[in-house]
Amino acid sequence: MPESLLLRGGRVVDPSQRMDVVTDVLIVGDRIEAIGPRLADETKNREGLETMDCAGLVVSPGFVDVHCHLREPGREEVETIATGARAAVAGGFTAVCAMPNTDPVTDNQAAVGFIIRQAQIANAARVYPIGAISLGQRGEALAEFGEMIAAGAVALSDDGKPVASAHMMRTALEYARTFGVPVADHCEEPTLAAGGAMNEGIMSAKLGLRGIPAEAEEIMAIRDILLARRTGGHVHLCHMSTRGSVELIRWGKDRGINVTAEVCPHHISLTEEAVANYNTNAKMNPPLRTADDVAALQEAVKDGTIDLIATDHAPHHYDEKEREFADAPNGIIGLETALAVNITWLVKPGIIDVPLLVERMSCAPARVFNLPGGTLRKGAMADVTVFDPGAEWKVDPSSFRSKGRNTPYAGRTLHGRVHATLVGGRVAFRGGA
Amino acid sequence: MTLSLGKDLLGLEALSGEQIKLILDTAEPFKEISLRAIKKVPTLRGATIVNLFFEASTRTRVSFEFAEKRLSADAVNVAASGSSVAKGETLVDTARNLEAMKIDMVVIRHGASGAAQFLAERIDSNVINAGDGTHEHPTQGLLDLLTLRDHFGRIEGLKVCIVGDVLHSRVARSNIWGLQKMGAEVAVCGPRSLLPNAIDDFGVTVFRRVEEAIEWADALNILRLQLERMTAGYIPSLREYNRVFGVSRERLERAPRDVLILHPGPMNRGVEIDSDVADGPFSVILDQVTNGVAVRMAVLYMLSGGNPQLAVRSAAGSANA
Repeated sequence: MPESLLLRGGRVVDPSQRMDVVTDVLIVGDRIEAIGPRLADETKNREGLETMDCAGLVVSPGFVDVHCHLREPGREEVETIATGARAAVAGGFTAVCAMPNTDPVTDNQAAVGFIIRQAQIANAARVYPIGAISLGQRGEALAEFGEMIAAGAVALSDDGKPVASAHMMRTALEYARTFGVPVADHCEEPTLAAGGAMNEGIMSAKLGLRGIPAEAEEIMAIRDILLARRTGGHVHLCHMSTRGSVELIRWGKDRGINVTAEVCPHHISLTEEAVANYNTNAKMNPPLRTADDVAALQEAVKDGTIDLIATDHAPHHYDEKEREFADAPNGIIGLETALAVNITWLVKPGIIDVPLLVERMSCAPARVFNLPGGTLRKGAMADVTVFDPGAEWKVDPSSFRSKGRNTPYAGRTLHGRVHATLVGGRVAFRGGA
Repeated sequence: MTLSLGKDLLGLEALSGEQIKLILDTAEPFKEISLRAIKKVPTLRGATIVNLFFEASTRTRVSFEFAEKRLSADAVNVAASGSSVAKGETLVDTARNLEAMKIDMVVIRHGASGAAQFLAERIDSNVINAGDGTHEHPTQGLLDLLTLRDHFGRIEGLKVCIVGDVLHSRVARSNIWGLQKMGAEVAVCGPRSLLPNAIDDFGVTVFRRVEEAIEWADALNILRLQLERMTAGYIPSLREYNRVFGVSRERLERAPRDVLILHPGPMNRGVEIDSDVADGPFSVILDQVTNGVAVRMAVLYMLSGGNPQLAVRSAAGSANA
């Protein structure tokens, strides 16, 4: 008899089956065996049954992050696949997609296989590699999509670098159709964004920092949408940050174009004001924008223009961030704060409810990237997140599983905390008191 | 309400009009020291000051050095080249090493916006921003204000137009904040490609043509046009810049009143300013340089804890103000 686990008395929220009810979930082996109100009685004599009391907690399909940077191979002092995968489960993520801007770049089947093997050894969250669009992410020659996908890659992206050539983007969208995977683009018009360190506006003008205008993102967003229309390919727009981008995505979706989009927790919670005092832990690309952009992105999460929330978890070494603003690298970590940021800025103010949060953090990312998970249906893989949406906690970067400490939320009190994370029926993370 | 400047002088944006006025008032008695045969008072005797210049500078560095010496401080100049910075030392390590030598103040010039604040947050010594990237150059702003006040007897109500590359100018930012806080009307004029996109949010008037600016202004503060702006594609040519935005005698002669001419230097004669304007009767460019020493003495004095009310006595030669 395989091991079994009863999640007892939780609020089971599974938008994939339109479920939001206080009930029990029985897991046998690595699968969801049953969901129902009398499972505790029915299983009470079962040998080897473990029970987790979930009263007052939300039980949902495991969160899926389609956008993170795990830095291995190449920058293992900053993060490894193992530390990243452990940070993921601590944040309630049962699966994450690793961007290919490693060193060397993940642009071939052997590199994809390396990530999968390291993830198996780590035995924490599932890690799905994303392959590079172009060899070396140089934007010159297409990488071998077919071989990378056969080796386990789930999508293609040159993230970290924009695909500057419209022709390259067009070809990638066409060629990826054979394999049915999304092409994820970091939308940034490179000549407009060159040298930029923050949002272009009154703040950048006051601080004397070179700005990145909203149009640098929007020009590439509409280019990609138009190319998706031309090619029929699936374009996924990474980390959208402006009202204009939201409007362009809406335009594309209204016309049935195969475009999906993500937003990061920091872009729905913080504005460029966080950069005042030259805080390098609020420096990322795309940059934090204005309150108006934040409002538009929050609304887009609600109405589905933005399909999903992804972290863009980007660890950097302390020394790299402890320097002059313009010279500090872009990016913040996000795996261990995403749930709480989303609850604090989206759920608590009433913009979205818990089921929609689960949809945007679990069901939609699994669906958009064609990944297993995102559901608690009977027979599905038992990837489950148990969280307390009301728990308050103060962000202390020294407690993170990630090697990264670069977060703009340090010292802030947030709402919502992971209680337990199950990957394939196994408890991969259990929160403290 | 406290008028103390606090630990550091990082910019004029954070200061109040009263604080700025106090610095200017404190500078007045210090002006006279530079006119003496023995240009030295013992005010900062025993204080150690490091002039940490990561960018080449002659005027500002020498001005600070004179201010320090005339106040009897022990000053050391550190230039970025030839120091451990050139060997890859980070700014934070440089700062900590200097502080470990038990210094009292650091005057920093750095190419990165925010560098002065970065340093100030990490060391206990007083930090004076001598220009950080394209952010602020507060002592330049102060000496410009002092020069305007000397000439007009007031700053409130003056119409001052900053002409040129506002986008890349720390002098422009410090001037805008300082002038606004002191009640002046501020305008800018320059090619739109060299003005911040958000310039309208600064509360300044924007003139498209330099002729309009000259017609309006009591004083022009003409910014240096960095020659590399042309190669970076912001303007087509220096020649055209001079034709469209250059301040010439001919343009000034059409003004309804005498227009005072300021320039933070170093000048590109024949580009943003013509020689007969720079050397003309309404130019106070060298007065600015003279005032720079007095303003910097005032700032050093105030940050070291000196009481502005006693600055007169300090300037007269009493050691312990």
